Amino acid sequence: MKIGVLLKQAPDTETKIKIKQDASGIDESDIKWVINTYDEYAVEEALRLKDAAGGGEVVIVTAGSKRAVDSMRQALAMGADRGIRIDTEGVVLDSYTTAVILSKAVQSENFEIIFAGKQAVDDDCVQVAQMVATALDWPAIWPAEHIELGADKKSVQVTRPVAGGVKEIMEMQLPGVLCCDKGDHEPRYASLPGIMKAKSKPIAELKAADLLSGETPKVKWSGFGLPPERKSGKVLKGEPEEVCAELVKLLREEAKVI
Amino acid sequence: MTTQGDYMIKRDGPYSASFLWEAPGTWDLSTPEELTDEQKELAKLARSFLTNEVEPVREKIESKEDPKLVPNLLKKAGELGLLMAEVPEAYGGLGLNKTTATVIAENATGWTSFIVPLMCHTGIGTIPILYYGTEAQKQKYLPKLATGEFLGAYALTEAGSGSDALAAKTKAVLSPDKKFYILNGEKQFITNGGFADVFTVFAKVDGEQFTAFIIDRGTPGLSIGKEEKKMGIHGSSTVPLILQDCKVPVENVLGEIGKGHRIAFNVLNVGRWKLGAACMGSCKRLLEYCSKYLKERHQFGKPIGSFQALREKLANDAIRTYLLESVIYSYAAALDSAWATLDKSGPDYYKNVVKKIKGLNIEASIAKVFGSEVLAYLSDDAVQMYGGYGFIQEYPPEQFFRDNRINRIYEGTNEINRLLIPDTLMRRAVKGSIDFMGELQKVLAGLKAGYSKADAKEPMAVWQDQLAAFKRLAIYFSGVCAQKYMEKLKEKQALVITMADLVIESYAMHCGFERALKIRKLKGEAAAQLAEEMVICYMSEKIPEMLIRVRQALFNVADGNEKEFSSYTKALERLIQPQFADTEKIKEKVAAHILEKERYAL
Repeated sequence: MKIGVLLKQAPDTETKIKIKQDASGIDESDIKWVINTYDEYAVEEALRLKDAAGGGEVVIVTAGSKRAVDSMRQALAMGADRGIRIDTEGVVLDSYTTAVILSKAVQSENFEIIFAGKQAVDDDCVQVAQMVATALDWPAIWPAEHIELGADKKSVQVTRPVAGGVKEIMEMQLPGVLCCDKGDHEPRYASLPGIMKAKSKPIAELKAADLLSGETPKVKWSGFGLPPERKSGKVLKGEPEEVCAELVKLLREEAKVI
Repeated sequence: MTTQGDYMIKRDGPYSASFLWEAPGTWDLSTPEELTDEQKELAKLARSFLTNEVEPVREKIESKEDPKLVPNLLKKAGELGLLMAEVPEAYGGLGLNKTTATVIAENATGWTSFIVPLMCHTGIGTIPILYYGTEAQKQKYLPKLATGEFLGAYALTEAGSGSDALAAKTKAVLSPDKKFYILNGEKQFITNGGFADVFTVFAKVDGEQFTAFIIDRGTPGLSIGKEEKKMGIHGSSTVPLILQDCKVPVENVLGEIGKGHRIAFNVLNVGRWKLGAACMGSCKRLLEYCSKYLKERHQFGKPIGSFQALREKLANDAIRTYLLESVIYSYAAALDSAWATLDKSGPDYYKNVVKKIKGLNIEASIAKVFGSEVLAYLSDDAVQMYGGYGFIQEYPPEQFFRDNRINRIYEGTNEINRLLIPDTLMRRAVKGSIDFMGELQKVLAGLKAGYSKADAKEPMAVWQDQLAAFKRLAIYFSGVCAQKYMEKLKEKQALVITMADLVIESYAMHCGFERALKIRKLKGEAAAQLAEEMVICYMSEKIPEMLIRVRQALFNVADGNEKEFSSYTKALERLIQPQFADTEKIKEKVAAHILEKERYAL
């Protein structure tokens, strides 16, 4: 089975985000870059599906700068077979244009299924995978929690959570796109032999500019800022009656919530 | 660059404390700044294994309520390949070098004593068979040790023979049918003993010939005693091993009969570097914990990290961690470059591997002593920085402090390792495998003629001179002691230990200095500044302190002879004038850097 995984490199979730001094963007100097958390689940599910299908190929597709290769290598060390990187150096991309270049890159691969994380933990746009599906005219399921390959190997059965703790079970004919949530399977480690093997696995390189074919971003960034720092709380002291009256007054006049 | 008399062996790298007379940068050794992408990946793997699999079950590991937990974690580490790094590919491993093994060791170290069973298995549990085993022994054991299917242990110590390992009483006698050795005796303090499948056990054949044996768990006559109750490293298994007419097949003799001491000591050399590497990992974890704590904890309305009394501690800790890291990676790089010259397919490959290890045994002892003592310094500071919480088990410093105490004792006490340093130096000097005497002559001649100086345009020229002067002080002092006491020097242990400390400090400064120069070369002046200032700061404080110690020791050597003492003090004046740096400013900068990064980082 030929399986694609859309993988994004994102800051470690523990990173303290800093804004550049001129507020033109995010200061990336101290960021620890990792595989986007949900994409790691996608890699794990892809590898499992390959096993369930009795073989095939898992291809990591990434739009990113040179440093993204580290994260791709990690996915290769987990067991993926090869990679395609679309070099984004010098190109400003939004969700739409990212989807454009990714869908162009995967078109010639004839994947039977594409996995992605349900969202990226950096910008939390939750758009790219669905837009890729749209561009390919494939169905997509968001979020996919539990995935099983159909007996005919041409469909998957997917469990997805819906409101109220209810699970919805869907069947999707392939090809299609699955946007993975944290499911039953912890992503496997890139083992030491895996890391050594990943060294020699190929990563093809494409240029974002070549794939855009005139498309431009739909979103413009007008500024960057951190959320205002939370003020420290207030402790009211006194007799319960007085405190209560003071509290109501503050809620009305200062917090303006009642 | 190297002094080579006719009798000198040809060298391809640092050898036996040659740093004492070689300038930093004489050998182009790789530094942690030059780790490959794969090595960084392996670091990540070791670290995620630690934080995801080991640290969450820390309390269970420490309580030993489930005796299967640690062996199961070791097997899990084996599945990830963390045990196979140093085992050659021919035996199911990956044949990676010492630098890579260092990366794994330091990153698998954290707030847990799990590193002890891990290092024991990959070090003294596996290495004896790797270096000294026959082809059949290697085929039988190494692939299983590499995956963790077999877990290894090493049994040298006995109740009556600790540091004096060769005084072991365990006896081996050949059976009448000559198929077995029958072993009788009791080994003690055996790490991993509670669950190990394979033991390297030392015994004396006929009570005389010190020999190593491979003994499988389940061998008739082998039994395992009760777990010791220890001060620290509670998660590790430490048991006695009882041998009662234990029947060991003759094909399980490891190495040659009567040559077991070689195995015992050379394996310890590797263990010593590994211990230092684990100590370095602990230092880095402590800097992570402490820098965060100093920012979170408020007193007098401010984070305690804003108080200089604690910032100074944090800076001292970071500076020592930098030096330790430089020492450990320098040792690994020296060994790697030495091994890289060997013919891997040659029949004497492992013999030569061991030879290269022996050539760096002074450096291995330093890695052990410096590592365990730097960690003692840091874990003590950590308890102090955490204040009352530092004394409480729920916070990390308490365990780091307790667990480190054994590091100064096992793998050769720090005293034994210190005594070994001048002893090895002098033995090799007499044998002529190093030109220590020639170097001493140069130092003595310079007392009259003066010494050459570094080009003022060189980076840190003043401190290059200072480092060279400090090394000459080490050579001079060793020379004075050796010439005065000759073969009786061994009995003057207090002097020998001072000699050792001069060598140890020389090496720490040398490695830190060499690395700072390398960073400047690789990444430019700005990137190297912090490393350079850390070395300078350490030298500025340490050299005057050592100088006072040397002066006192020479007063003792003069034994009341005023003329003799005055000749020594005159020599000291000419040898070295301490330099001073603005340590307050440097430490402020280092502390601010560590607090900002919330971890050890250059």
